[in-house]
Amino acid sequence: MTDFLDPLPWLIMLPLAWGTLAFVLGPGRGGRLAVAAIALQGALALQLAGQLIDSGARVYAVGGWGAPLGIDLMADGLAAVMLLLTQAVALPLAVYARGYFAASPKGRELFWPFTGFLLAALNALFLSADLFNIYVTLELLGLAAVGLVAIAGGRQPVTAAMRYLFATLLGSGAWLLGVALIYGTYGSVSLAVLTPLIHAGAPLAVTLAAALMLAGLLLKTALFPFHFWLPPAHGGAPAPVSALLSALVIKATFYLALRLWLELFAPLTTVAAAQLLGVLGAAAILWGSVLALTQSRLKMLVAYSTVAQVGYLFLLFPLATLVPPGTADSALAGGVMQAVAHGLAKAAMFAATGSMIVATGRDDISRLGGVGARLPLTLFSFGLAGVTLMGLPPSGGFSAKWLLLGSALESGQWWWVVVMIVGGLLTAAYVFKVLRRAFLPRAAGDRVARVPRTLEFSAFALALASILLGLFGAPLLELLAVGREA
Amino acid sequence: MKAWLTALIALLCSGLALALGAAMLALPEFAVRLPGQVAANLDASGVAHPVTAVLLNFRGYDTLLEVAVLLLALLGVFALSRHASDHAHPAAPAHPVLQTLARLLAPLMVLVAGYLLWIGAYAPGGAFQAGAVLAAAGVLLRLAGLLPAWAQPGRLLRGGLALGLLVFLAVAVAGLPQGELLHYPPALASPLILLVEAGLTLSIGLTLAGLYLASAGWRQ
Amino acid sequence: MSAALLYALAGAALFAIGLAGLLLQPHLLRKILAFNILGSGVFLILVGLGQRDGTIDPVPQAMVLTGIVVAIAATALALALARQLLDLTGQMRLPEDRPDAEPADD
Repeated sequence: MTDFLDPLPWLIMLPLAWGTLAFVLGPGRGGRLAVAAIALQGALALQLAGQLIDSGARVYAVGGWGAPLGIDLMADGLAAVMLLLTQAVALPLAVYARGYFAASPKGRELFWPFTGFLLAALNALFLSADLFNIYVTLELLGLAAVGLVAIAGGRQPVTAAMRYLFATLLGSGAWLLGVALIYGTYGSVSLAVLTPLIHAGAPLAVTLAAALMLAGLLLKTALFPFHFWLPPAHGGAPAPVSALLSALVIKATFYLALRLWLELFAPLTTVAAAQLLGVLGAAAILWGSVLALTQSRLKMLVAYSTVAQVGYLFLLFPLATLVPPGTADSALAGGVMQAVAHGLAKAAMFAATGSMIVATGRDDISRLGGVGARLPLTLFSFGLAGVTLMGLPPSGGFSAKWLLLGSALESGQWWWVVVMIVGGLLTAAYVFKVLRRAFLPRAAGDRVARVPRTLEFSAFALALASILLGLFGAPLLELLAVGREA
Repeated sequence: MKAWLTALIALLCSGLALALGAAMLALPEFAVRLPGQVAANLDASGVAHPVTAVLLNFRGYDTLLEVAVLLLALLGVFALSRHASDHAHPAAPAHPVLQTLARLLAPLMVLVAGYLLWIGAYAPGGAFQAGAVLAAAGVLLRLAGLLPAWAQPGRLLRGGLALGLLVFLAVAVAGLPQGELLHYPPALASPLILLVEAGLTLSIGLTLAGLYLASAGWRQ
Repeated sequence: MSAALLYALAGAALFAIGLAGLLLQPHLLRKILAFNILGSGVFLILVGLGQRDGTIDPVPQAMVLTGIVVAIAATALALALARQLLDLTGQMRLPEDRPDAEPADD
């Protein structure tokens, strides 16, 4: 396709351009530009999704060379779903961030350039079909995320950023070693070239590469027991940053793990490895939820909730490996639905949390009294997001867990059902811990200020989207199936 | 750290090295070979040096993202430097011999950078090497006490830092009407690559120097 | 065994040494150096294995150039963070995490 307005390249070029321009404009500038550009990106992602539904998956040869000499981009249903999620989360958060940094300016100077580069990295990662190019997008994503964690300054954020940087660099180092082994074995890094070459009897180097790349991604996705860096990083950053990181950044590495597992390394996957991923996911659900319950700071509670919700994503691996195709399809649909539902709901939850912290002036669950009376819409958004995380109908979280439960029962793996039910109960416990406090009357000496309405409405839009996803999720699943007919 | 944990990590790392070594000694024949393809398309790439052709044409998209990574690192240093305890730290007075030497060397380094940029088309060299020499000149001048640390960059400096990436982006999307992203028409490939490399040399030089200069004023 | 393969084997050893250093050394400067050793190991493997049949391959060489620039960027950010941490805590090591001990918003 030689159309100047082809959405695919612009989804990467546009955020790079506005991120750079925001830097040139100066400290704290560029918010309006960002909102307009992200809205445009959303339209481009929708246009691309429409193209895919009409005419199937697309390959795009950058520079016109084509793989293996050049770099190919590839857009299929899975990539399009992640692109839609990214722009759908980023737009309300950009509106939110403008209000948030007006009320709480710490860290606003470079927020927009970092966010532009972060979104460019995400879009580029979802579209890339080249292992080395994915490495570059991973580093772009990692450095943007670390920079965002550090923008507020101070001892705790800088410590969290340092720890996050080491984790993310180690993860991409493992990825690059895997890429080196693959290039050294086959002489190419293009996914399209490599996929037919890898079969069950692949050399040891390829098995090692698969293990290293997957381990690096798990570290970056913060799957238990690699979650140590996530709570301080997500819990210490300004609220719009926490929302971007929890909703989108960890999903990107999950997406890569999923792609490798289902496509490139599918001939090498074993039931034992899939069960191990499931066990780590189950441990993450239980451990993350229990720790969320014990937190006294609101943002840390929400950050530990992310550790737990990441666990659900990894239940998809045992449910989709070496099972009948129908079961695997419903597991994949459930896992991707969980990624989308969690992305929307967690962004809403961090946004609502940020509003509560701005209103009360402190990040303390025991001092939330009066929030229910003064910020009803914000608290309602927090509750709606909680409904999605718990997996109650009619939310997107319910659809996700329903699909996962279905494939667990079909494949006779009842133990994951138990984990999901216990996890749902624990989620309810920590969500109600916050709601109960917020409905109490204001304590003497505490203040609860009003917050700008853009803060309340943007959080509500995200929470509402996470619920509506459950009612109108069918088109998304239709899109997901594009390019996946086996 | 506990002794058993140290021993375990050391053991696992040694095991990994051995496994990697064993894997490398048991590799099959290559299924795909790119050197021939690079050579076959070199004439259409606009440059005569195969590594430059890969960096700026065949895999130019990687380089585009990598320039963004470099700028991002500098943004990270700027973000931290807003919270650094002490700005406007004056450069330490340097020995007069060093100052004289730096004054002599800096213009020569700029000349070398220009030379490296130009020969990149057919010999080892190019924007990154040229930018690194420019940055070294900046660091040398700072060490000689002739250049102040950057507290916060002004608009002109921000423009210079972003110029390379913006030029690269503009050239990348300029190819869209005729073909794909980053598609250079063979007739124009040579001047377009030189344009991109010239912008990159300036911005990379400023960025690399900035990585040092932006934190040079922090409290020692 | 070709000379290129020897480079790759040395790269494997460097990767393991760097990995152990990154995990075991508490001093931040040593961690950052260990990350660079790890990265150099990967670069050697990329170039070495890519040329194990004796033909010169410009593609991994260009990839390593890209990788070096990314490593410089990451190292610079890591050094700036480490230096700021030294400013804030007086130590060149990661403090024990107790996020509850101090509120982030003041």
